[in-house]
Amino acid sequence: MRRVLLWLPLVLFAALFGLVALGLFKPADRTVRSAMVDKPLPDFALPAMLPTKPGVARSSFGGGKPRLINIFASWCVPCIAEVPELAKLKAAGVPIDGVAINDTPEAIQAFLDRNGDPYQRIGNDKTSQLQIALGSSGVPETFLIDGRGRIVRQYVSNLQPDQVEDILKTWRGMR
Amino acid sequence: MRPLLRFLRHAGPVPASAGRQASRLKPLWYDLRRGRPRHKAGVTIVLGLLATLATPALAQQAPLADVQLSDPVKEAQAKALMETIRCVECQGQAIADSNADIAANMRSLIRQRIKAGESPAQVRAWLIQRYGDYISYDPPLGSATWPLWAAPVVLLVIGIAIARSSFRRKR
Repeated sequence: MRRVLLWLPLVLFAALFGLVALGLFKPADRTVRSAMVDKPLPDFALPAMLPTKPGVARSSFGGGKPRLINIFASWCVPCIAEVPELAKLKAAGVPIDGVAINDTPEAIQAFLDRNGDPYQRIGNDKTSQLQIALGSSGVPETFLIDGRGRIVRQYVSNLQPDQVEDILKTWRGMR
Repeated sequence: MRPLLRFLRHAGPVPASAGRQASRLKPLWYDLRRGRPRHKAGVTIVLGLLATLATPALAQQAPLADVQLSDPVKEAQAKALMETIRCVECQGQAIADSNADIAANMRSLIRQRIKAGESPAQVRAWLIQRYGDYISYDPPLGSATWPLWAAPVVLLVIGIAIARSSFRRKR
């Protein structure tokens, strides 16, 4: 018993050391995920960002057709990288609504002219109202809304090809 | 290219403003290289600095993000709440101390809701509904958090037990 007690502090220290080392080499995932997934889309109405496209409102969701909400900004680099992936979804027939954060019509128009335009509608969310209401923590983020107006999935950061596949599969399954 | 962009995930407003500064400073190098009068470069620097200073005013800030409420009681409530809400972009900071856009927008949202008559507890509950308990620096007592409250009591009891046994041995 005494022998065990003698070694106990060293063993405890080794265990703590191991824990800290593990934390160093495998840092925790710091992604902030929305708590709104699997909940109904909250009520909102965003004005149009561009004169050529309508704004985004709650009423256009839940009419039996699933849609995507893409939160983006003209000042965000990963958003540029994401446009080709969104274009793939658009080509497959997935309707995408853009929500522009802290942006101006001129900057958004330049962004679309330069990178391509995957959006059916673009809402102006200057003060992150919808972004915060959705539990989103940055740009870009993409939310898949099902035909009943429920938030089904959240994709944080720019969409990757495997996530595009996942969206297409889920979207086809929902129709 | 993709891994790099993946690394840049969740960009804040920093790249845009950094780019703006870079483009403002570029003429300085052009001027020096081409041997133009120096004061021109100076003017460029001054203009560049002025542009940088002017940026926060030009950027469309959310209303009440950095403006106090006229009612001091409500402002105090809002400020106290802001100090216990986590910034989701610069995690580890409270939105009261953060310069991130989304933190400013959250401050604006909190002031607007408190101004409209909501209680700080209601606003906190609304934010927790969106982001989970993680958003709050004031964790609620629950199945996952009870050890936080129990641990000090348990450690104190263990400490008293150890002290008692060691004092007894001395006698």
